Amino acid sequence: MAKRIDVSGLTAYYGSHKAIEDISMTVEPRSVTAFIGPSGCGKSTFLRTLNRMHEVTSGGRVEGKVLLDDEDLYGAGIDPVSVRREVGMVFQRPNPFPTMSIFDNVAAGLRLNGNYKKSELSDIVERSLKGANLWNEVKDRLNKPGSGLSGGQQQRLCIARAIAVEPNVLLMDEPCSALDPISTLAIEDLIGELKERFTIVIVTHNMQQAARVSDRTAFFNLAAVGQPGKLVEIDDTERIFSNPSVQATEDYISGRFG
Amino acid sequence: MSTATITPKGPGTLRGARLPKWSPYAIAAGSIALAVGIGLAGGLHSRVQWGLIAAILYVVGTYAIATAVEGKRQAKDRIATSLVWVAFLLAVIPLASLVWSTVARGLKVLDVYFLTHSMGVVADTEPGGGIYHAILGTLEQVGLATVIAAPIGVLTAIYLVEYGRGRLSQAITFFVDVMTGIPSIVAGLFILSLMLMFDMQPFGFAGSLALAILMMPVVVRSTEEMLKLVPNELREASLALGVPKWRTILKVVLPTSIGGITTGIMLSIARITGETAPVLLLVWGNAFINANPFEGAQASLPLYIYQQYANSAGSGAAYDRAWAASLTLIAFVMLLNLVARGIARWKAPKTGR
Amino acid sequence: MGTPTQITDAPPPAPQPSLDKRAARGATRPGDRIFLGLSRGSGILLLVVMAAIAVFLTYRASLAISKDQGNFLTTFQWDTNLVPPNFGIAVLAFGTVVSSIVAMVIAVPVAVAIALFLTHYAPRRIRGPIAYVIDLLAAVPSIVYGLWGALVLVPNMTGLFGWLNDYFGWTGVFSWEGGAPRSMLTVGILLAIMILPIITNVSREVFRQVPQMHEEAALALGATRWEVIRMAVLPFGRSGVISASMLGLGRALGETMAVATVLSPTFDIQASLLDPGGGTFAQNIASKFGEATEFGRDALIASGLVLFVITLLVNGAARAIIARRKEYSGANA
Repeated sequence: MAKRIDVSGLTAYYGSHKAIEDISMTVEPRSVTAFIGPSGCGKSTFLRTLNRMHEVTSGGRVEGKVLLDDEDLYGAGIDPVSVRREVGMVFQRPNPFPTMSIFDNVAAGLRLNGNYKKSELSDIVERSLKGANLWNEVKDRLNKPGSGLSGGQQQRLCIARAIAVEPNVLLMDEPCSALDPISTLAIEDLIGELKERFTIVIVTHNMQQAARVSDRTAFFNLAAVGQPGKLVEIDDTERIFSNPSVQATEDYISGRFG
Repeated sequence: MSTATITPKGPGTLRGARLPKWSPYAIAAGSIALAVGIGLAGGLHSRVQWGLIAAILYVVGTYAIATAVEGKRQAKDRIATSLVWVAFLLAVIPLASLVWSTVARGLKVLDVYFLTHSMGVVADTEPGGGIYHAILGTLEQVGLATVIAAPIGVLTAIYLVEYGRGRLSQAITFFVDVMTGIPSIVAGLFILSLMLMFDMQPFGFAGSLALAILMMPVVVRSTEEMLKLVPNELREASLALGVPKWRTILKVVLPTSIGGITTGIMLSIARITGETAPVLLLVWGNAFINANPFEGAQASLPLYIYQQYANSAGSGAAYDRAWAASLTLIAFVMLLNLVARGIARWKAPKTGR
Repeated sequence: MGTPTQITDAPPPAPQPSLDKRAARGATRPGDRIFLGLSRGSGILLLVVMAAIAVFLTYRASLAISKDQGNFLTTFQWDTNLVPPNFGIAVLAFGTVVSSIVAMVIAVPVAVAIALFLTHYAPRRIRGPIAYVIDLLAAVPSIVYGLWGALVLVPNMTGLFGWLNDYFGWTGVFSWEGGAPRSMLTVGILLAIMILPIITNVSREVFRQVPQMHEEAALALGATRWEVIRMAVLPFGRSGVISASMLGLGRALGETMAVATVLSPTFDIQASLLDPGGGTFAQNIASKFGEATEFGRDALIASGLVLFVITLLVNGAARAIIARRKEYSGANA
């Protein structure tokens, strides 16, 4: 059920401050697209416009179009709550609900969206945890609080929670930046498996990570601090890292700035 | 997708049906109109009932309409929203009424004469008289309480933050917490029990002692918070220059936090100024001017309000004086609050957002 | 008024071993010794005052209770001038508990709703000013609430009382014989209004501390605003709300003047909340004190001691909950 994302002419504001300007791109279904760029270039802001989380922050506002297949997320009569149900998100810091058990964390989204029988619920929870490569580690303590897990396990729990509701798209905002290298590797492997089923967009600070996990890479940059961030180019990851068409991209990738 | 258990979703699921933006107002207007209709038709006298009916109609109406159009989850969300708004408006009514009646009724007799005369030659049921003696009593009692409680409170806080460790400071912290919860009348009873031992008659300073007991823990807590905000780097910098610790505290720590400490003390003064119960037990009240807090019964502003109310025998003049005294008391307390907050904002460490 | 708010978010004092060592060495200077002595002395004085309160109240109370002919805990009378005297706190305990329960039942849900209003519902621009006004209302002296309650609230209660009697009179709890509405229900409503600001303020602080990431987690799952509150905000804030309520309860239990002005007291227990009558510890002390003999005052002190113990227990419970919450949230930081 993975869907294509078509963004055209998207500009996002924080109050009167323009954070990103005039971004257009296409994200292919069943692929991993990575966003890279220096701090403050608006890649996380852009990511949050893709499931209407940007407008949750105070003063957040968006102009332009985001088409999910053929439907504009910002069109009239669109319910942001259903958008977020279709476009899942994993955050920078693992954020399982601290008062819920592991099981309840994974089931949280399902319980919002309908009446499931207990057996159905445990089937989906098991499948989601297996999908997040966490099942074997937690199957004996599903009723323990999720906050008792290690950071990497917590992040995979959050991924399980996000995929349990079968979204069309999975957004990941620097999902490994708070994790150690081994947990990072586990998540990267997981991303590779998940792209069989979902459209995945990942923001990362780590260029090796972008090169390892993504099929396509978008480079964001800003002219100066306080200026809005812009999309410089988006291309196949291989090309971006070997032979980018814009000089700024090459400078950034080769470590000349950022 | 391979999962059959997930409810299949057709295209266009993002487009949840939404009620138009004006619908809450429309439902509110409708339920108020209907409630007025029911009230008139049913001959219900109390406006409270009208309001309740309107509120119930609004909640039920919102739920029914939203469920029909938007679905159950959205309906619940709307109910929660309207309940939260109703709760807020419900709370505004008594609080606004309190402020309004105090101001409107208090202004009736509040003038310079009222502020500069006592009740010495005026019976409680007659018009005339004023609160000069009560203001004087309150200022003296609160002033003395502050003179006792503020230094002890600040020094205790300094001990807890700068020196405190081990059992003594744990015990003090615990009992300061306990003391904040003492009902004011219990503090009054404590001083009363001392007065009974020594066979003493009511006098102003006894009230001050009870007020000081109520004030001390508040000063300790707020000062503690302020001292903890002083960065350790500042202390270390001063100590590294070879400045003795006590001078570091006096010259570096206290000046840095003086704004916050002053705010805390002023807020605690505002709090004890309104205390009535201990004053009732210990200072007794006096219609005449008694400027000596160490001998003889005194008046006090909150006590004056109570006695004008209680001894009025239903006299409007006494009620008017009670309202005017309330207005004076509130004005004083609010002024202290506003100035204290002003100081806090003005002296707040600049954190650069 | 500021204090209870600060209690919930007071960070534990950071121990500074290096500073402490210097302090120990520094204390050998005369200036340091004097200063340390003064500040430690103040702290010890506070402990002495607390101990004195307990000791003196207990001593005077024991003078009264030893001569009491009735059972101090179960007697339904307060005749301290009889020979021998016969008095007990049963009626006062009942009235204090009932008025406080009524106050809590009304105040806690409303306060939590207002706190949510201020953190999640109100337009951002008006949140600050409203919170500020509520802060100021917490500073209104209780005697002013009492005056307002007696002169404004009481006359306005007849309609509600009649309505309750008409529809719920059959329960017994809401039956009304038509007397002045100076009853436990009015007292409870007034107490609710008085403790509303403090419970609102503390709850609001707690809700504001809910980490943004937990709310975003719920939002990203497609939760509505109410579902976000149910999933992320209320579970996180539960213990904070409980301790806020306990602080409010502590105030309601010990409130004197507002009860003394509104209630028309009698020394008996009745099922109806609407008929005037009953009494509370603090109100009884304030009303009976004027005409009490020395022995009568000792008896009142004895009842005050009971009130003291009750409020200590309630406040202690509130602190314990706050302390537990600290550990709990620390583990997830």
